[in-house]
Amino acid sequence: MGELIVFIVFAAVALVGAIVMVTSSNTVYAAIGLLSTMFALAVLYIALDAHFIAAVQVIVYAGAVMTLFLFAIMLIGVDRPEAYGPVTMGQKVMTAVVSVGLFAVIVLAGRTAWVTGSDAFGVPDLNGTIENVADELFGTWTIVFLSTVMLLTIAALGTIALAYFDHGPKDEEATL
Amino acid sequence: MTVTVTWYLILAAGLFSIGVGGVLIRRNALVMFMSIELMLNSVNLTFVALSKDLGLIEGQVAALFVMVVAAAEVTIGLAIIVAIFRRRSSANVDELAEMKG
Repeated sequence: MGELIVFIVFAAVALVGAIVMVTSSNTVYAAIGLLSTMFALAVLYIALDAHFIAAVQVIVYAGAVMTLFLFAIMLIGVDRPEAYGPVTMGQKVMTAVVSVGLFAVIVLAGRTAWVTGSDAFGVPDLNGTIENVADELFGTWTIVFLSTVMLLTIAALGTIALAYFDHGPKDEEATL
Repeated sequence: MTVTVTWYLILAAGLFSIGVGGVLIRRNALVMFMSIELMLNSVNLTFVALSKDLGLIEGQVAALFVMVVAAAEVTIGLAIIVAIFRRRSSANVDELAEMKG
C-alpha cells in the first residue's frame, strides 16, 4: 500500500514537472520543472531499491547538471522575449499528436515483449547498495569505466577549448 | 494492488514522449536541451525498473553509464550554446539556420 502511494504521488510529480518544462514560456520555470522531475525520479529509484543510483541522481542531475543549466540561463538572460514566436497552433497540435502517438506505439510494442514475471516483482532479492554496484562496476565493467574517465576528461578539455579559442564577433567587426 | 514493473515502464514511456514533444515544439536551444535530458532520465528509469524486476545489477550499472555520458554531453552542449550566443546574441534555433559563424 505504501509503495502504491509513493508511486502515484511521485509519478504525478514527475509528469507535472515534465509538462511544466515543455509548456512554460519562462526558461527558469522550465528548469525548475525539470528539477522536480529529477527529484521525483530519485524517490522512485529508492522505491526500486537502487539506493546508490538515487544518490547519484540527486548529486549529478539535480545538483551539477541543473546548476549548469541555471548558470547558462543566467549568461544568456531570462528577460529577452521567449523565442516562441513562429510556433503556430497547427505545429502545437501536430506535436501533441506525435507525442501521444509515440507513447501509444511504445506501449503497444512493449506489450508484446512485456516482462511477464510474477506480480510481486523483484523476486531474486536485489539491493543496489554502493557495494553491490561497485562489485559489478569494477569487476566486470572495468574497461568501460576507464573509458568513461577518458570521456569526461575529453569533454572538460573540449569545453575549455570552446571557451578559450572563441574570438567572437569583435574581431570580425574590426577587420571589416 | 501492488506496483508492478509495467507501471514504471509506462511512466518512462510517458516521460520520453513528453521529451520528444519538447524537442519538436520549442525554439529555445536550452529548453530543447532540457528535453533531451528528460528523455535520458526516462531511459534510466526503464533500466532501473527492469534491473529490479529481473534481479540483475547490470541495469543499475547501465544507468550509471548513461548518467556519465549525460554529464559529458551537458558540459559540451552548454558550452556550444553559450559560444553561439556570444556570436549571434540568440538562443533561438530558427535564427541559426545557415551554417556559418
